[in-house]
Amino acid sequence: MIELTINGQKRRVDAESDTPLLWVLRDDLGMTGTKYGCGVAQCGACSVLVDGSVMRSCVTPVEAVAGRKVTTIEAMEKDAVGAKVVEAWVKHQVPQCGYCQSGQVMAATSLLKQNAKPTDADVEAAMVNLCRCGTYNAIKAAVRDVAGLEAKA
Amino acid sequence: MNLPFQTPVNDPVNVSRRGFIAGAGVGALVLGFGVPMGAARAQGAAAKVVPGTRVPAFLAIRPDNTILFQSPFAEGGQGVWTAMAQIVGEELDADPASFTVENAPPGPDYQVVFGQMRITGGSFSVRSSYATMRKLGATARAMLVQAAAQKMGVPAGELTTQPGRVIHKASGKAMTYGELAPAALDMPAPANVALKDPKDFRWIGKRQARLDVRAKSTGKAQFSIDMKVDGMLHAAVQHAPRLGQTVGKIRNEAEVKAMKGVHSVHVLPGAVAVVAERFWHARRAVEAAQVDWAEATGETYRPMPADFSTEAFAQYLANYQGKEEVAETAGDMAAGFAGAASTVSATYHSQFVNHAQLEPPSALARYNADGTLDMWFPNQAPEMFLAEIAKASGLAPDKIHIHSPLLGGFFGRHFIYPHGTPWPQALELAKRVGRPVKLIWTREEEFLRDPLRPMAAVRFRGALDAKGMPIAIEAISVTEGPTEGIADKRAAKLDDAALEGLTGKKYALPAKRIAQVFVKSPTTLAYWRSVGNSMNDFFYETFLDEMADKGGQDPYALRLKLLEGNVRLTNLIKAAVDLSGGWKAGPFTAPDGSKRARGIAMASPFGTETAAIAEVSIADGQIKVHDVWQAIDPGSIVNPAIIEAQVNSAVALGLSEVLIEEAVYKDGLRAARNFDGYPILTPDRMPRVHVRIVESGAPMGGIGEPGLPAVPPAVANAVSRLVGKRLRKMPLAGFA
Repeated sequence: MIELTINGQKRRVDAESDTPLLWVLRDDLGMTGTKYGCGVAQCGACSVLVDGSVMRSCVTPVEAVAGRKVTTIEAMEKDAVGAKVVEAWVKHQVPQCGYCQSGQVMAATSLLKQNAKPTDADVEAAMVNLCRCGTYNAIKAAVRDVAGLEAKA
Repeated sequence: MNLPFQTPVNDPVNVSRRGFIAGAGVGALVLGFGVPMGAARAQGAAAKVVPGTRVPAFLAIRPDNTILFQSPFAEGGQGVWTAMAQIVGEELDADPASFTVENAPPGPDYQVVFGQMRITGGSFSVRSSYATMRKLGATARAMLVQAAAQKMGVPAGELTTQPGRVIHKASGKAMTYGELAPAALDMPAPANVALKDPKDFRWIGKRQARLDVRAKSTGKAQFSIDMKVDGMLHAAVQHAPRLGQTVGKIRNEAEVKAMKGVHSVHVLPGAVAVVAERFWHARRAVEAAQVDWAEATGETYRPMPADFSTEAFAQYLANYQGKEEVAETAGDMAAGFAGAASTVSATYHSQFVNHAQLEPPSALARYNADGTLDMWFPNQAPEMFLAEIAKASGLAPDKIHIHSPLLGGFFGRHFIYPHGTPWPQALELAKRVGRPVKLIWTREEEFLRDPLRPMAAVRFRGALDAKGMPIAIEAISVTEGPTEGIADKRAAKLDDAALEGLTGKKYALPAKRIAQVFVKSPTTLAYWRSVGNSMNDFFYETFLDEMADKGGQDPYALRLKLLEGNVRLTNLIKAAVDLSGGWKAGPFTAPDGSKRARGIAMASPFGTETAAIAEVSIADGQIKVHDVWQAIDPGSIVNPAIIEAQVNSAVALGLSEVLIEEAVYKDGLRAARNFDGYPILTPDRMPRVHVRIVESGAPMGGIGEPGLPAVPPAVANAVSRLVGKRLRKMPLAGFA
């Protein structure tokens, strides 16, 4: 048994210590907002926050987050920064297929939690998740909006 | 009946059909129109039903005035559910924002693509069903008005509607659609209904917010991979490295069976599967299996040769001499070349590419105690899969329930591809273990079995007159089309999808000859966003620039000249140039000191016309695309915001294709099976995208695919201009 704190709640799961956090979330806890895309930390669809920083849960063994605070997309609307990010995603109509967008919202929330006033370079350095629908410009516009950066042509 | 999977009841986009029916059964959800489940499924009903006419098959209006719409089309990011709500809502006089949309089950009512079939593809959805869906909305409105006339005791002619309600102005009476829906169900559908004058449109043509955006921004949207049913087991597979190989022996089968969480180990055609209580256990165990693969024997579907190499195949195509089957011809080619002041010839190449949709394919199969079967899996054509599943399961179609959740990207991935989708394996495993099974293909297994966009080598010849104007063009494409590739046999007629984009060009050249030399591809093939146009416009438009160079012509001026008299395309290319701030080919020095150039290209894909301009530079040995300007003329439109989003999306995929992607085989094996070895466009390589929508009033064209084909040649033409040599192969190489 491993004890986890997910979105502020204590959860106990019966998983081997090397099980990726992604599959514990999806299969043991039924939280399917966090997505599987590649399994090798390339795409970022599985991004979650661990103690406020973005991590790729597909390569994070569950034992590594025991005793740490895990936050998933399911909690974003109740998170002060996350809620702003979600509203910006809606305002800028970011998602297309939507499959990568949980991870994109988590990456943006992590950035803005650590740096409320990121520069364009900060945004570019932080927002590296893949999107096959090519919503990159809308993502950038939404993050810049939350960061208070002026709209660019 | 229990809800079959754990869908949040309030989920706005993903109320399952069966959940909806269950809800209706307890009186909780729907008191309005009923969906005629029995009628729609009944044998023989297909002959009587005119697709897209029976209002109750599509619309349920709830007491709270929200509307549940059964969509004939799958939503995979292209925005079609929102478009349907706009079109139907416009004539129904109901706010599209009050719609909840879900993917309709198989049934004759939903065969609305040109009134005869149902696919989500070919950029057909809106353009093929626009008139039908407007009429459907208008018919429903008329039924509500009739019901109101009866309830209010006034003539229907005295009634009008406002969004969501029927009004009797003289008495001030009003009733909501939700109140009227039960009675409206009993009203006869009028034979003829008047449609709105487009100048009165309230929602069509406007920037309506998408219905699925919030659910997709909060993790609530559910895809096939997220489905779950009671008692479900998970499965993972290890495919044979080469298609056609079979399982000889699992050397360590006892060890695999003893691994934690393993329920059972299975030998399937060309694959080993592990079924387990959790997906991670299934995956870990199946990847631990040490399998001796046996070579294909007898007739199997497109077996992969042990010596196959994509590099060698490209050269083989370039040199192969075979029968030239002419798809399009005009003028006197012999005279054109005989009288030419100069000629130019060159061979161009495209590559195999993966769909690389971000949601790995999965399938969930459940045999039920009553002899029925439920299946959830990503698909672009429910009825076609129903027929396949009936064959594979031996069940009658009316015993099979197909569920088609949101698609986590598709780009052509989710049609019927032999050995290219997990549902047959999930079906077989569910049967063997006697429990529901969800099978997910890992990214590695997906890239191994994802059928590919075809490769081609195109041999061009061009003839120019003394003024440097092109007078004849010949394109011989050595390739196999996707349609003939999927069918694994040639049809009597040429495969249009092989050559589209070499054919159908609108430039007025006096003589042309476009032909295919068929060479079967050792790989499996597929439709890929914009299909033949995804490569053929690259070939044609870059060779056209090569002819412009030869004749000393500016590429924009040349295109204008070749479009003389074509008002629609002249306006369109001018719109693109205007959007870009005026034509300048370069090379020129940008304010940041970088040396840049621009390229231009056009395409006529899927009933729509496009013109694109790209500005590029080269930095650190890599092509940088700074801006893409695209003008798009789909004739008329439903939602400009979705069109802009789709053009952005198509630009990204087109850039990924022309700059980066290539599915490589060596010794019959895929060189890369995940995004580390098969990179796709990353955010730092996304250019600014500028879109101008031109509504010429021509018949409505498609939107999902047309934004792609002009992008690769615009980029290639810009880079060729910048570096001073022609680049003739995707992905672009040799520019540094």
